[in-house]
Amino acid sequence: MQATLNTVHNMEHAATPGTVLELRQATKDYGKVRALDAVSIGINRGECVALLGPNGAGKTTAVGLLLGLDRPDSGQALMFGADPFALQNRVRTGTMMQVTGMPDTLTVQEHLEGFASYYPAPLGVAQILASTGLSGLEKRLYGKLSGGQKQRLHLAISLVGDPEILFLDEPTTGLDVNTRKALWQLVREFRDRNRTVVLTTHYLEEADALADRIVVLNHGRVVAEGTPDQIRASTAGKRIRAVTGFRVEEARELPGVARAVRDGDTLELHVTEAETATRALLQRDAQLRDLEVTTIGLDEAFISLTGDAREVPS
Amino acid sequence: MTRTVPVSARAQRRRSLVAIYWTEFRNEVLKNVRMPVFLVSSLAFPLMFYALFGLIFGRESVAGVTTATYMLATFGTFGVMGAALFGFGVGVATERGQGWMVLKRASPMPPLAYFAAKTLLAVMMGGLITLLLFVLGGLIGGVSLPLGTLASMFGILVSGAIPFCAMGLAFGYMAGPNSAPILVNLIYLPMGFFGGLWMPLPILPAFIQGLAPWLPSYHFGQLALSPLGAQSIASPWPSVAYLAAFTAIFLALATVLYRRDRGRPVG
Repeated sequence: MQATLNTVHNMEHAATPGTVLELRQATKDYGKVRALDAVSIGINRGECVALLGPNGAGKTTAVGLLLGLDRPDSGQALMFGADPFALQNRVRTGTMMQVTGMPDTLTVQEHLEGFASYYPAPLGVAQILASTGLSGLEKRLYGKLSGGQKQRLHLAISLVGDPEILFLDEPTTGLDVNTRKALWQLVREFRDRNRTVVLTTHYLEEADALADRIVVLNHGRVVAEGTPDQIRASTAGKRIRAVTGFRVEEARELPGVARAVRDGDTLELHVTEAETATRALLQRDAQLRDLEVTTIGLDEAFISLTGDAREVPS
Repeated sequence: MTRTVPVSARAQRRRSLVAIYWTEFRNEVLKNVRMPVFLVSSLAFPLMFYALFGLIFGRESVAGVTTATYMLATFGTFGVMGAALFGFGVGVATERGQGWMVLKRASPMPPLAYFAAKTLLAVMMGGLITLLLFVLGGLIGGVSLPLGTLASMFGILVSGAIPFCAMGLAFGYMAGPNSAPILVNLIYLPMGFFGGLWMPLPILPAFIQGLAPWLPSYHFGQLALSPLGAQSIASPWPSVAYLAAFTAIFLALATVLYRRDRGRPVG
């Protein structure tokens, strides 16, 4: 029965079967800054896709085009094979964004009712409050909520219309561990009902925990795409540190070196496998000492992908 | 998950539009009424000024009526302008600054619902200010006017909120949340004074009398004085045309700024 319903649904709406969101060669400039540079992304029904990248990578711009906040300067953005600006497409989506605040003098229930009114078949306020852990706070003013409660309300607002596509823009920035884990669980439950999730984040851990597929963006371009496992495998796996006179430029020429930086006397290399590079280092520098080889963590793998040490995710 | 059958789709859409506009308006009212700053700044200043000036100059005569009667129209104008300019200018700028606007624009909200709610609230605040001024005028100013005169003055004052809603809207997109109150005050207070809303124009220096007809506050004020026969304009139509053009210009400006505001250059 469930399968039949979904099939009918697909036939009814999808231009490309299964694809619910698409960017085709989308380019967007803000003033002199190219926020997105000919980016193509396709997102299927029932998929959770994470757009991962440091601040300024173009994640929010990409989401803004997909959900119809803005139009690409060139290229195309499609929602259900049509214009994301059209309200009849947008009533099938929900969005959670980085907002620093909402009006303090409205209650939880009033905020939810406001957004619920935009949708043809919203969930009941009581139901959505229960599922987001806000029961009992209906009459609480927004200004009196804790940070975690506010974020839960933002999520509740994105879910209140019972959307087919959920956009989550940096959903857990600034959240404590417990609230973050609870939010992840809600997103998983949502995705398990064959709904689509688009998530932007600069935490690799978050993308890894939630996404079926990760698209890594940097400076407005897609620099890598794949399952979380593939993304990790495609990055340098080991770190070598040693006190040596070896020049950074020379080190970069060694086999398998993805990244080389100098920290005082210490040279640091990110490599795919440690043996070849270590052998080469030892052969060429007899004075080398304090050699250390470690496995790179997920967040560091992400840094070598985007190649931007200045914007280390905290 | 169930989709409506096509036959009732239109009826359902109409019902839901009513629900959207109603909820938006209800929330706009509740949100503002719970903010003391909003009520005090919208209501207290015009009422306080009127009480002060009305008490001091009340029995003197200007343009054929008592000053207290004359100032009922001009401080009514001043109050309505303030409610519209602050409600829109500061309200929109604040909600834009919070990111709350972007969230609403990302949602399937019909954009008009948001602006309609704010306009209706500004008009209602204008009405409330006017009624309170009438009461004050009757109690302390010794103002006594036929009901018909009061009714037409009320109608003119309340409709006069519209041009200043448009101006406030444009300001809301020009200024940030912190600069918006400053910008609005810098425009609003001089516009009030030089438009002859604080002191009757006939007693002001000639250069101000020459300057006033350039200002929207002057035209609004003159229209509000018309039911008393205390206006200095010969015909209301040039003033109506001025305010209509003023509304159109600021709506066009606000539309451009709204479009430009659409995307945020973030991440």
